[in-house]
Amino acid sequence: MTALPSTAKVSLARTQLEVKEFFREREQLIFTFFFPIIFLGIFAAVFSSTDFGGGVTAATYFTPGMIASGIFLTSFQSLAVTIAIERDQDVLKRLRGTPMSAQAYFAGKIGLVLTTSIMQFTLLLLIAGLLLDVDLPTSPAKWLNFLWIFVLGTASGSVLGIAFSVVPRSGKAASAVVTPIVLLLQFISGVYFVYSSLPGWMRTVSEIFPLKWLAQGMRSVFLPDGFEAVEPGGSWQLGTGAIVLSVWLVVGLVIAQRVFRWTRRDAG
Amino acid sequence: METETAVRVRGLVKRYPDKVAVAGVDLDIYRGEVFALLGPNGAGKTTTTEILEGYRRADEGEIDVLGSDPGRAGREWRARIGIVAQTTRDEPELTVAELVRHFAGYYPSPRDPDEVIAAVGLEEKRKTRSRKLSGGQRRRLDVALGVIGNPELLFLDEPTTGFDPEARRQFWTLIENLRTAGTTILLTTHYLDEAEQLADRVGVIADGRMIEVATPETLGGRGARTARVSWLAADGMREVRTDTPTAEVSRLLAEYGGEVPELQVRRPSLEDIYLELIGSTPKELEGALR
Repeated sequence: MTALPSTAKVSLARTQLEVKEFFREREQLIFTFFFPIIFLGIFAAVFSSTDFGGGVTAATYFTPGMIASGIFLTSFQSLAVTIAIERDQDVLKRLRGTPMSAQAYFAGKIGLVLTTSIMQFTLLLLIAGLLLDVDLPTSPAKWLNFLWIFVLGTASGSVLGIAFSVVPRSGKAASAVVTPIVLLLQFISGVYFVYSSLPGWMRTVSEIFPLKWLAQGMRSVFLPDGFEAVEPGGSWQLGTGAIVLSVWLVVGLVIAQRVFRWTRRDAG
Repeated sequence: METETAVRVRGLVKRYPDKVAVAGVDLDIYRGEVFALLGPNGAGKTTTTEILEGYRRADEGEIDVLGSDPGRAGREWRARIGIVAQTTRDEPELTVAELVRHFAGYYPSPRDPDEVIAAVGLEEKRKTRSRKLSGGQRRRLDVALGVIGNPELLFLDEPTTGFDPEARRQFWTLIENLRTAGTTILLTTHYLDEAEQLADRVGVIADGRMIEVATPETLGGRGARTARVSWLAADGMREVRTDTPTAEVSRLLAEYGGEVPELQVRRPSLEDIYLELIGSTPKELEGALR
Protein backbone atom coordinates (compact mmCIF):
# COMPACT_ATOMS: atom_id res chain seq x y z
CA MET A 1 0.00 0.00 0.00
CA THR A 2 1.21 3.48 -0.86
CA ALA A 3 2.30 5.62 2.06
CA LEU A 4 0.11 8.38 3.42
CA PRO A 5 0.94 11.91 2.25
CA SER A 6 3.46 13.55 4.59
CA THR A 7 2.18 15.70 7.44
CA ALA A 8 4.29 18.59 6.12
CA LYS A 9 2.60 18.47 2.74
CA VAL A 10 -0.90 18.24 4.22
CA SER A 11 -0.07 21.04 6.69
CA LEU A 12 0.86 23.31 3.81
CA ALA A 13 -2.34 22.42 1.95
CA ARG A 14 -4.38 23.07 5.12
CA THR A 15 -2.72 26.49 5.56
CA GLN A 16 -3.51 27.47 1.98
CA LEU A 17 -7.12 26.37 2.40
CA GLU A 18 -7.51 28.19 5.74
CA VAL A 19 -6.11 31.45 4.35
CA LYS A 20 -8.33 31.19 1.27
CA GLU A 21 -11.41 30.72 3.46
CA PHE A 22 -10.42 33.53 5.82
CA PHE A 23 -10.24 36.10 3.07
CA ARG A 24 -13.56 34.95 1.60
CA GLU A 25 -15.43 35.33 4.90
CA ARG A 26 -16.62 38.92 5.01
CA GLU A 27 -17.33 38.91 8.75
CA GLN A 28 -13.88 37.56 9.64
CA LEU A 29 -12.20 39.97 7.30
CA ILE A 30 -13.88 43.03 8.83
CA PHE A 31 -13.99 42.15 12.54
CA THR A 32 -10.67 40.37 12.77
CA PHE A 33 -8.46 41.74 10.04
CA PHE A 34 -9.49 45.34 9.35
CA PHE A 35 -10.82 46.31 12.80
CA PRO A 36 -7.53 47.57 14.30
CA ILE A 37 -6.69 49.35 11.06
CA ILE A 38 -10.08 51.10 11.00
CA PHE A 39 -9.74 52.06 14.67
CA LEU A 40 -6.26 53.48 14.19
CA GLY A 41 -7.65 55.66 11.41
CA ILE A 42 -10.58 56.82 13.58
CA PHE A 43 -8.39 57.61 16.59
CA ALA A 44 -5.87 59.46 14.48
CA ALA A 45 -8.70 61.60 13.05
CA VAL A 46 -10.60 62.19 16.32
CA PHE A 47 -7.54 63.14 18.39
CA SER A 48 -5.66 64.81 15.56
CA SER A 49 -4.88 67.91 17.62
CA THR A 50 -4.09 66.15 20.90
CA ASP A 51 -0.49 65.99 22.09
CA PHE A 52 0.13 62.79 24.03
CA GLY A 53 3.38 64.20 25.39
CA GLY A 54 6.71 65.06 23.78
CA GLY A 55 5.01 65.75 20.44
CA VAL A 56 3.62 62.21 20.17
CA THR A 57 0.46 62.17 18.05
CA ALA A 58 -2.63 60.02 18.54
CA ALA A 59 -1.59 57.86 15.60
CA THR A 60 1.78 57.18 17.19
CA TYR A 61 0.29 56.58 20.61
CA PHE A 62 -2.34 54.10 19.45
CA THR A 63 -0.24 52.19 16.89
CA PRO A 64 1.24 49.76 19.47
CA GLY A 65 -2.19 49.11 21.01
CA MET A 66 -3.71 48.37 17.63
CA ILE A 67 -0.87 46.03 16.71
CA ALA A 68 -1.30 44.21 20.03
CA SER A 69 -5.06 43.98 19.65
CA GLY A 70 -4.64 42.85 16.04
CA ILE A 71 -2.42 39.99 17.19
CA PHE A 72 -5.01 39.02 19.76
CA LEU A 73 -7.84 39.18 17.21
CA THR A 74 -6.10 37.17 14.50
CA SER A 75 -5.07 34.51 17.01
CA PHE A 76 -7.57 34.24 19.87
CA GLN A 77 -10.77 35.62 18.35
CA SER A 78 -10.21 34.14 14.90
CA LEU A 79 -9.54 30.61 16.17
CA ALA A 80 -12.14 30.62 18.97
CA VAL A 81 -14.88 31.63 16.52
CA THR A 82 -13.91 29.57 13.49
CA ILE A 83 -13.19 26.35 15.35
CA ALA A 84 -16.51 26.65 17.22
CA ILE A 85 -18.26 27.01 13.86
CA GLU A 86 -16.27 24.16 12.32
CA ARG A 87 -17.21 21.90 15.20
CA ASP A 88 -20.87 22.86 15.05
CA GLN A 89 -21.07 22.35 11.29
CA ASP A 90 -19.33 18.96 11.49
CA VAL A 91 -16.28 20.14 9.53
CA LEU A 92 -14.12 18.68 12.30
CA LYS A 93 -16.10 15.45 12.30
CA ARG A 94 -15.65 15.09 8.55
CA LEU A 95 -11.91 15.71 8.86
CA ARG A 96 -11.71 13.16 11.66
CA GLY A 97 -13.12 10.59 9.24
CA THR A 98 -10.22 11.11 6.83
CA PRO A 99 -6.56 10.14 7.22
CA MET A 100 -5.61 13.81 7.78
CA SER A 101 -3.50 14.01 10.95
CA ALA A 102 -4.43 16.21 13.90
CA GLN A 103 -0.98 17.81 13.64
CA ALA A 104 -1.72 18.91 10.08
CA TYR A 105 -5.01 20.47 11.20
CA PHE A 106 -3.36 22.53 13.95
CA ALA A 107 -0.40 23.36 11.72
CA GLY A 108 -2.92 24.80 9.27
CA LYS A 109 -4.43 26.94 12.04
CA ILE A 110 -0.97 28.20 13.08
CA GLY A 111 -0.21 28.90 9.43
CA LEU A 112 -3.45 30.88 9.19
CA VAL A 113 -2.71 32.93 12.33
CA LEU A 114 0.85 33.71 11.22
CA THR A 115 -0.17 34.65 7.68
CA THR A 116 -3.05 36.90 8.71
CA SER A 117 -1.27 38.57 11.62
CA ILE A 118 1.90 39.26 9.61
CA MET A 119 -0.20 40.73 6.80
CA GLN A 120 -2.18 42.74 9.33
CA PHE A 121 0.73 44.37 11.16
CA THR A 122 2.54 44.99 7.89
CA LEU A 123 -0.53 46.85 6.63
CA LEU A 124 -0.87 48.69 9.95
CA LEU A 125 2.75 49.79 9.88
CA LEU A 126 2.53 50.86 6.25
CA ILE A 127 -0.56 52.97 6.94
CA ALA A 128 0.89 54.36 10.17
CA GLY A 129 4.27 55.15 8.63
CA LEU A 130 3.19 56.42 5.22
CA LEU A 131 -0.22 57.99 5.79
CA LEU A 132 -0.25 58.96 9.47
CA ASP A 133 3.36 60.12 9.81
CA VAL A 134 4.19 57.74 12.65
CA ASP A 135 7.92 57.47 13.34
CA LEU A 136 8.71 53.75 13.32
CA PRO A 137 11.60 52.45 15.43
CA THR A 138 14.95 51.97 13.71
CA SER A 139 17.02 50.22 16.36
CA PRO A 140 17.47 46.46 15.82
CA ALA A 141 17.08 45.89 19.58
CA LYS A 142 13.51 47.20 19.44
CA TRP A 143 12.61 45.03 16.44
CA LEU A 144 14.08 42.04 18.24
CA ASN A 145 11.74 42.79 21.14
CA PHE A 146 8.89 43.13 18.64
CA LEU A 147 9.72 39.69 17.28
CA TRP A 148 9.60 37.79 20.56
CA ILE A 149 6.53 39.68 21.81
CA PHE A 150 4.79 38.89 18.49
CA VAL A 151 5.71 35.20 18.66
CA LEU A 152 4.67 34.81 22.32
CA GLY A 153 1.49 36.81 21.68
CA THR A 154 0.31 34.83 18.66
CA ALA A 155 1.27 31.52 20.27
CA SER A 156 -0.57 32.14 23.54
CA GLY A 157 -3.54 33.73 21.74
CA SER A 158 -3.78 30.71 19.43
CA VAL A 159 -3.77 28.00 22.10
CA LEU A 160 -6.24 30.00 24.20
CA GLY A 161 -8.47 30.42 21.13
CA ILE A 162 -8.39 26.67 20.45
CA ALA A 163 -9.28 26.00 24.10
CA PHE A 164 -12.02 28.65 24.19
CA SER A 165 -13.67 27.28 21.03
CA VAL A 166 -15.47 24.67 23.16
CA VAL A 167 -17.32 27.39 25.15
CA PRO A 168 -19.89 28.63 22.58
CA ARG A 169 -22.80 26.20 22.47
CA SER A 170 -23.34 26.60 18.75
CA GLY A 171 -21.61 28.00 15.72
CA LYS A 172 -24.13 30.82 15.52
CA ALA A 173 -23.40 31.87 19.09
CA ALA A 174 -19.65 31.82 18.58
CA SER A 175 -19.21 35.45 17.51
CA ALA A 176 -21.67 36.67 20.13
CA VAL A 177 -19.80 34.85 22.91
CA VAL A 178 -16.22 35.58 21.87
CA THR A 179 -16.37 39.16 20.56
CA PRO A 180 -17.60 40.91 23.75
CA ILE A 181 -14.90 39.22 25.81
CA VAL A 182 -12.22 40.41 23.42
CA LEU A 183 -13.76 43.89 23.38
CA LEU A 184 -13.78 44.05 27.18
CA LEU A 185 -10.15 42.95 27.34
CA GLN A 186 -9.23 45.62 24.81
CA PHE A 187 -10.85 48.33 26.94
CA ILE A 188 -9.23 47.32 30.23
CA SER A 189 -5.84 46.54 28.68
CA GLY A 190 -5.18 50.04 27.39
CA VAL A 191 -5.78 49.43 23.70
CA TYR A 192 -8.31 52.24 23.31
CA PHE A 193 -7.24 54.45 26.23
CA VAL A 194 -4.01 55.69 27.76
CA TYR A 195 -3.28 52.73 30.03
CA SER A 196 -1.91 54.81 32.93
CA SER A 197 -5.15 56.82 32.99
CA LEU A 198 -7.27 53.73 33.79
CA PRO A 199 -8.45 53.23 37.41
CA GLY A 200 -6.09 51.15 39.53
CA TRP A 201 -8.54 48.26 40.07
CA MET A 202 -9.12 47.96 36.32
CA ARG A 203 -5.39 47.78 35.71
CA THR A 204 -5.10 45.10 38.39
CA VAL A 205 -7.76 43.01 36.64
CA SER A 206 -6.11 43.47 33.25
CA GLU A 207 -2.77 42.29 34.63
CA ILE A 208 -4.18 38.77 34.86
CA PHE A 209 -4.79 38.61 31.11
CA PRO A 210 -2.31 38.41 28.24
CA LEU A 211 -3.51 41.39 26.17
CA LYS A 212 -2.31 43.96 28.72
CA TRP A 213 1.23 42.58 28.53
CA LEU A 214 1.10 42.34 24.77
CA ALA A 215 0.03 45.99 24.52
CA GLN A 216 2.63 47.15 27.01
CA GLY A 217 5.35 45.24 25.17
CA MET A 218 4.31 46.86 21.90
CA ARG A 219 4.37 50.31 23.54
CA SER A 220 7.99 49.63 24.54
CA VAL A 221 8.76 49.05 20.87
CA PHE A 222 6.84 51.89 19.24
CA LEU A 223 6.79 54.75 21.80
CA PRO A 224 9.76 57.00 22.55
CA ASP A 225 11.90 55.89 25.51
CA GLY A 226 10.66 58.84 27.55
CA PHE A 227 7.23 57.18 27.81
CA GLU A 228 8.60 54.41 30.01
CA ALA A 229 8.33 56.75 33.00
CA VAL A 230 4.56 57.16 32.39
CA GLU A 231 3.91 53.40 32.66
CA PRO A 232 2.59 52.22 36.02
CA GLY A 233 5.70 51.34 38.04
CA GLY A 234 7.80 53.43 35.67
CA SER A 235 8.92 50.43 33.60
CA TRP A 236 7.96 48.53 30.42
CA GLN A 237 8.02 45.37 32.57
CA LEU A 238 9.18 43.25 29.63
CA GLY A 239 10.45 40.48 31.92
CA THR A 240 7.13 40.16 33.73
CA GLY A 241 5.30 40.36 30.41
CA ALA A 242 7.36 37.50 29.01
CA ILE A 243 6.60 35.37 32.08
CA VAL A 244 2.83 36.08 32.04
CA LEU A 245 2.53 35.38 28.31
CA SER A 246 4.56 32.16 28.68
CA VAL A 247 2.38 31.00 31.57
CA TRP A 248 -0.74 31.63 29.45
CA LEU A 249 0.90 29.74 26.60
CA VAL A 250 1.56 26.68 28.76
CA VAL A 251 -1.81 26.83 30.54
CA GLY A 252 -3.59 27.30 27.21
CA LEU A 253 -1.72 24.39 25.66
CA VAL A 254 -2.65 22.06 28.53
CA ILE A 255 -6.32 23.13 28.53
CA ALA A 256 -6.57 22.99 24.73
CA GLN A 257 -5.26 19.43 24.70
CA ARG A 258 -7.73 18.38 27.36
CA VAL A 259 -10.89 20.05 26.05
CA PHE A 260 -10.47 19.96 22.27
CA ARG A 261 -12.98 17.64 20.60
CA TRP A 262 -13.75 16.74 17.02
CA THR A 263 -17.48 16.36 17.49
CA ARG A 264 -20.25 18.44 19.02
CA ARG A 265 -20.98 18.17 22.70
CA ASP A 266 -24.36 16.54 22.00
CA ALA A 267 -22.77 13.89 19.78
CA GLY A 268 -22.21 11.45 22.65
CA MET B 1 -5.15 -9.66 6.74
CA GLU B 2 -7.74 -10.16 4.01
CA THR B 3 -11.02 -11.60 5.13
CA GLU B 4 -14.25 -12.22 3.32
CA THR B 5 -16.11 -9.89 5.62
CA ALA B 6 -15.47 -6.18 5.49
CA VAL B 7 -17.45 -5.73 8.70
CA ARG B 8 -17.95 -8.26 11.47
CA VAL B 9 -19.87 -7.30 14.60
CA ARG B 10 -20.84 -9.53 17.52
CA GLY B 11 -22.91 -8.46 20.51
CA LEU B 12 -22.60 -4.72 20.00
CA VAL B 13 -24.04 -2.74 22.92
CA LYS B 14 -24.10 1.03 23.33
CA ARG B 15 -25.75 2.72 26.30
CA TYR B 16 -26.53 6.39 26.76
CA PRO B 17 -27.41 7.89 30.12
CA ASP B 18 -31.12 7.83 29.29
CA LYS B 19 -31.44 4.70 27.15
CA VAL B 20 -29.85 1.68 25.54
CA ALA B 21 -29.30 2.73 21.92
CA VAL B 22 -27.92 -0.58 20.66
CA ALA B 23 -28.82 -3.76 22.54
CA GLY B 24 -26.67 -6.58 21.19
CA VAL B 25 -26.39 -6.30 17.41
CA ASP B 26 -24.64 -8.91 15.23
CA LEU B 27 -23.72 -7.92 11.71
CA ASP B 28 -21.66 -9.28 8.81
CA ILE B 29 -21.04 -7.30 5.67
CA TYR B 30 -19.26 -9.17 2.91
CA ARG B 31 -16.67 -7.59 0.67
CA GLY B 32 -18.14 -6.10 -2.46
CA GLU B 33 -21.76 -6.08 -1.35
CA VAL B 34 -24.17 -3.25 -0.75
CA PHE B 35 -25.76 -3.70 2.65
CA ALA B 36 -28.75 -1.55 3.60
CA LEU B 37 -29.55 -0.88 7.22
CA LEU B 38 -33.24 -0.07 7.64
CA GLY B 39 -35.12 1.09 10.67
CA PRO B 40 -37.21 3.88 12.13
CA ASN B 41 -35.64 6.94 13.72
CA GLY B 42 -34.06 6.18 17.06
CA ALA B 43 -33.72 2.48 16.21
CA GLY B 44 -29.94 2.59 16.57
CA LYS B 45 -28.90 2.90 12.91
CA THR B 46 -26.80 6.00 13.26
CA THR B 47 -25.24 4.91 16.55
CA THR B 48 -24.26 1.56 15.01
CA THR B 49 -22.86 3.25 11.91
CA GLU B 50 -20.90 5.80 13.92
CA ILE B 51 -19.34 3.06 16.01
CA LEU B 52 -18.25 1.28 12.82
CA GLU B 53 -16.84 4.58 11.53
CA GLY B 54 -14.78 5.06 14.69
CA TYR B 55 -16.62 8.16 15.95
CA ARG B 56 -18.13 6.47 18.98
CA ARG B 57 -16.96 3.74 21.30
CA ALA B 58 -19.05 0.65 21.91
CA ASP B 59 -19.74 -0.35 25.51
CA GLU B 60 -19.67 -4.05 24.70
CA GLY B 61 -19.08 -6.32 21.75
CA GLU B 62 -16.52 -7.40 19.18
CA ILE B 63 -16.15 -5.06 16.24
CA ASP B 64 -13.95 -5.68 13.24
CA VAL B 65 -13.97 -3.28 10.31
CA LEU B 66 -11.43 -4.03 7.55
CA GLY B 67 -9.39 -6.04 10.04
CA SER B 68 -9.24 -3.39 12.77
CA ASP B 69 -11.18 -2.18 15.80
CA PRO B 70 -12.48 1.22 14.59
CA GLY B 71 -12.12 2.70 18.08
CA ARG B 72 -8.37 2.08 18.01
CA ALA B 73 -7.65 2.24 14.30
CA GLY B 74 -5.28 4.87 12.97
CA ARG B 75 -4.81 6.98 9.88
CA GLU B 76 -3.88 4.06 7.60
CA TRP B 77 -7.25 2.53 8.41
CA ARG B 78 -9.11 5.80 7.81
CA ALA B 79 -7.46 6.00 4.39
CA ARG B 80 -9.36 2.81 3.45
CA ILE B 81 -12.84 3.96 4.41
CA GLY B 82 -15.09 6.72 3.09
CA ILE B 83 -17.83 8.44 5.07
CA VAL B 84 -20.85 10.36 3.81
CA ALA B 85 -22.52 11.63 6.98
CA GLN B 86 -26.15 12.56 7.37
CA THR B 87 -26.29 16.33 7.14
CA THR B 88 -23.60 18.68 6.04
CA ARG B 89 -23.44 22.39 5.43
CA ASP B 90 -19.76 22.99 6.01
CA GLU B 91 -17.07 24.93 4.17
CA PRO B 92 -19.48 27.37 2.51
CA GLU B 93 -16.83 29.57 0.91
CA LEU B 94 -14.87 26.90 -0.94
CA THR B 95 -15.69 25.71 -4.43
CA VAL B 96 -16.50 22.16 -5.49
CA ALA B 97 -13.16 21.74 -7.28
CA GLU B 98 -11.17 23.23 -4.39
CA LEU B 99 -12.73 20.92 -1.84
CA VAL B 100 -12.47 17.74 -3.89
CA ARG B 101 -8.84 18.46 -4.82
CA HIS B 102 -7.96 19.35 -1.24
CA PHE B 103 -9.47 16.16 0.17
CA ALA B 104 -7.67 14.10 -2.48
CA GLY B 105 -4.45 15.35 -0.86
CA TYR B 106 -5.24 13.47 2.37
CA TYR B 107 -5.12 10.01 0.77
CA PRO B 108 -2.30 7.74 -0.39
CA SER B 109 -3.95 6.70 -3.66
CA PRO B 110 -6.91 8.97 -4.38
CA ARG B 111 -9.15 8.90 -7.42
CA ASP B 112 -8.73 11.61 -10.01
CA PRO B 113 -10.60 14.70 -8.69
CA ASP B 114 -11.92 15.67 -12.11
CA GLU B 115 -13.24 12.17 -12.74
CA VAL B 116 -14.96 12.11 -9.35
CA ILE B 117 -16.56 15.51 -9.96
CA ALA B 118 -17.81 14.24 -13.30
CA ALA B 119 -19.06 10.97 -11.78
CA VAL B 120 -21.27 12.82 -9.29
CA GLY B 121 -22.52 15.13 -12.04
CA LEU B 122 -21.08 18.39 -10.73
CA GLU B 123 -18.92 19.33 -13.72
CA GLU B 124 -20.89 22.49 -14.34
CA LYS B 125 -20.60 23.46 -10.69
CA ARG B 126 -16.83 23.03 -10.39
CA LYS B 127 -16.22 26.69 -9.64
CA THR B 128 -19.34 27.21 -7.55
CA ARG B 129 -18.91 27.82 -3.83
CA SER B 130 -20.56 25.10 -1.82
CA ARG B 131 -23.04 27.44 -0.10
CA LYS B 132 -24.57 28.16 -3.50
CA LEU B 133 -25.29 24.51 -4.27
CA SER B 134 -28.80 23.08 -4.03
CA GLY B 135 -29.51 20.38 -1.46
CA GLY B 136 -29.09 17.59 -3.98
CA GLN B 137 -25.92 19.08 -5.42
CA ARG B 138 -24.52 19.52 -1.92
CA ARG B 139 -25.22 15.87 -1.20
CA ARG B 140 -23.42 14.83 -4.37
CA LEU B 141 -20.44 16.92 -3.26
CA ASP B 142 -20.52 14.97 0.02
CA VAL B 143 -20.42 11.73 -1.93
CA ALA B 144 -17.52 13.04 -4.01
CA LEU B 145 -15.59 13.81 -0.80
CA GLY B 146 -16.53 10.38 0.57
CA VAL B 147 -15.21 8.44 -2.43
CA ILE B 148 -12.23 10.63 -3.42
CA GLY B 149 -9.87 8.47 -1.34
CA ASN B 150 -10.85 5.37 -3.33
CA PRO B 151 -12.26 3.60 -0.24
CA GLU B 152 -12.65 -0.15 0.15
CA LEU B 153 -15.65 0.48 2.39
CA LEU B 154 -18.06 3.36 2.02
CA PHE B 155 -20.57 4.49 4.64
CA LEU B 156 -23.63 6.27 3.27
CA ASP B 157 -25.94 7.67 5.93
CA GLU B 158 -29.35 8.49 4.43
CA PRO B 159 -27.75 9.80 1.26
CA THR B 160 -30.86 10.79 -0.69
CA THR B 161 -32.97 12.49 1.97
CA GLY B 162 -34.45 15.60 0.39
CA PHE B 163 -33.76 14.54 -3.20
CA ASP B 164 -36.30 14.92 -5.98
CA PRO B 165 -37.09 11.68 -7.85
CA GLU B 166 -34.78 12.41 -10.76
CA ALA B 167 -31.85 13.27 -8.49
CA ARG B 168 -32.44 10.01 -6.62
CA ARG B 169 -32.29 7.95 -9.81
CA GLN B 170 -29.06 9.68 -10.83
CA PHE B 171 -27.71 9.01 -7.38
CA TRP B 172 -28.64 5.34 -7.57
CA THR B 173 -26.71 5.00 -10.83
CA LEU B 174 -23.69 6.52 -9.09
CA ILE B 175 -23.91 3.97 -6.27
CA GLU B 176 -24.36 1.10 -8.73
CA ASN B 177 -21.19 2.21 -10.51
CA LEU B 178 -19.30 2.21 -7.23
CA ARG B 179 -20.51 -1.29 -6.49
CA THR B 180 -19.43 -2.44 -9.93
CA ALA B 181 -16.00 -1.00 -9.15
CA GLY B 182 -15.86 -3.31 -6.12
CA THR B 183 -16.59 -0.89 -3.27
CA THR B 184 -18.29 -2.38 -0.24
CA ILE B 185 -21.12 -0.10 0.85
CA LEU B 186 -23.06 0.23 4.08
CA LEU B 187 -26.16 2.28 3.35
CA THR B 188 -28.66 3.49 5.91
CA THR B 189 -31.92 4.69 4.52
CA HIS B 190 -35.56 5.43 5.25
CA TYR B 191 -36.58 4.64 1.69
CA LEU B 192 -37.59 1.06 1.06
CA ASP B 193 -37.47 1.43 -2.70
CA GLU B 194 -33.91 2.64 -2.36
CA ALA B 195 -32.92 -0.46 -0.40
CA GLU B 196 -34.76 -2.64 -2.90
CA GLN B 197 -32.99 -0.98 -5.81
CA LEU B 198 -29.46 -0.88 -4.42
CA ALA B 199 -28.95 -3.45 -1.71
CA ASP B 200 -27.74 -7.02 -2.02
CA ARG B 201 -28.88 -7.59 1.54
CA VAL B 202 -31.03 -5.70 3.97
CA GLY B 203 -30.83 -5.59 7.77
CA VAL B 204 -33.82 -4.33 9.72
CA ILE B 205 -33.02 -2.73 13.04
CA ALA B 206 -35.56 -1.64 15.65
CA ASP B 207 -35.21 -0.77 19.33
CA GLY B 208 -31.48 -1.39 19.13
CA ARG B 209 -31.83 -4.97 17.88
CA MET B 210 -31.29 -6.53 14.47
CA ILE B 211 -34.66 -8.09 13.71
CA GLU B 212 -33.82 -9.69 10.41
CA VAL B 213 -31.12 -9.84 7.76
CA ALA B 214 -32.11 -11.04 4.29
CA THR B 215 -32.06 -10.19 0.61
CA PRO B 216 -34.76 -7.69 -0.37
CA GLU B 217 -36.59 -10.58 -2.10
CA THR B 218 -36.69 -12.86 0.93
CA LEU B 219 -37.17 -10.35 3.73
CA GLY B 220 -39.89 -11.36 6.16
CA GLY B 221 -39.70 -15.06 5.24
CA ARG B 222 -41.83 -17.09 2.81
CA GLY B 223 -45.18 -16.29 4.38
CA ALA B 224 -44.58 -12.57 4.13
CA ARG B 225 -45.19 -12.56 0.41
CA THR B 226 -48.53 -14.31 0.56
CA ALA B 227 -51.08 -12.59 -1.65
CA ARG B 228 -53.86 -10.56 -0.04
CA VAL B 229 -57.36 -10.54 -1.45
CA SER B 230 -59.62 -7.81 -0.12
CA TRP B 231 -63.18 -6.76 -0.90
CA LEU B 232 -66.09 -4.86 0.58
CA ALA B 233 -68.42 -7.27 2.35
CA ALA B 234 -71.75 -6.35 3.89
CA ASP B 235 -70.06 -5.82 7.30
CA GLY B 236 -67.12 -3.81 5.95
CA MET B 237 -63.74 -4.44 4.33
CA ARG B 238 -62.51 -8.02 4.48
CA GLU B 239 -59.04 -9.34 3.73
CA VAL B 240 -57.89 -12.89 3.18
CA ARG B 241 -54.25 -14.02 2.94
CA THR B 242 -53.82 -16.91 0.56
CA ASP B 243 -51.32 -18.78 -1.58
CA THR B 244 -54.06 -19.36 -4.16
CA PRO B 245 -55.56 -15.95 -4.87
CA THR B 246 -57.14 -17.09 -8.15
CA ALA B 247 -59.15 -19.75 -6.34
CA GLU B 248 -60.21 -17.17 -3.75
CA VAL B 249 -61.35 -14.76 -6.44
CA SER B 250 -63.37 -17.43 -8.25
CA ARG B 251 -64.98 -18.43 -4.94
CA LEU B 252 -65.95 -14.75 -4.45
CA LEU B 253 -67.25 -14.58 -8.00
CA ALA B 254 -69.51 -17.53 -7.29
CA GLU B 255 -70.61 -16.00 -3.99
CA TYR B 256 -71.47 -12.57 -5.44
CA GLY B 257 -72.58 -13.89 -8.84
CA GLY B 258 -70.95 -10.94 -10.61
CA GLU B 259 -68.90 -7.86 -9.65
CA VAL B 260 -67.20 -8.17 -6.26
CA PRO B 261 -67.29 -4.73 -4.58
CA GLU B 262 -63.86 -3.07 -4.13
CA LEU B 263 -62.04 -6.26 -5.14
CA GLN B 264 -58.28 -6.07 -4.84
CA VAL B 265 -55.54 -8.67 -5.15
CA ARG B 266 -52.06 -7.61 -4.17
CA ARG B 267 -48.65 -8.87 -3.12
CA PRO B 268 -47.18 -7.06 -0.13
CA SER B 269 -44.46 -4.59 -1.06
CA LEU B 270 -41.14 -4.51 0.71
CA GLU B 271 -42.59 -1.60 2.63
CA ASP B 272 -45.55 -3.68 3.89
CA ILE B 273 -43.17 -6.42 5.00
CA TYR B 274 -40.86 -3.96 6.66
CA LEU B 275 -43.73 -2.35 8.54
CA GLU B 276 -44.87 -5.71 9.78
CA LEU B 277 -41.34 -6.52 10.90
CA ILE B 278 -40.88 -3.40 12.95
CA GLY B 279 -44.42 -3.83 14.24
CA SER B 280 -45.67 -0.39 13.51
CA THR B 281 -48.62 0.88 11.54
CA PRO B 282 -48.12 3.05 8.47
CA LYS B 283 -49.48 5.99 10.41
CA GLU B 284 -46.85 5.68 13.13
CA LEU B 285 -44.19 5.31 10.51
CA GLU B 286 -45.22 8.47 8.72
CA GLY B 287 -44.21 10.36 11.82
CA ALA B 288 -40.86 8.63 11.83
CA LEU B 289 -40.28 9.32 8.17
CA ARG B 290 -40.67 13.05 8.27
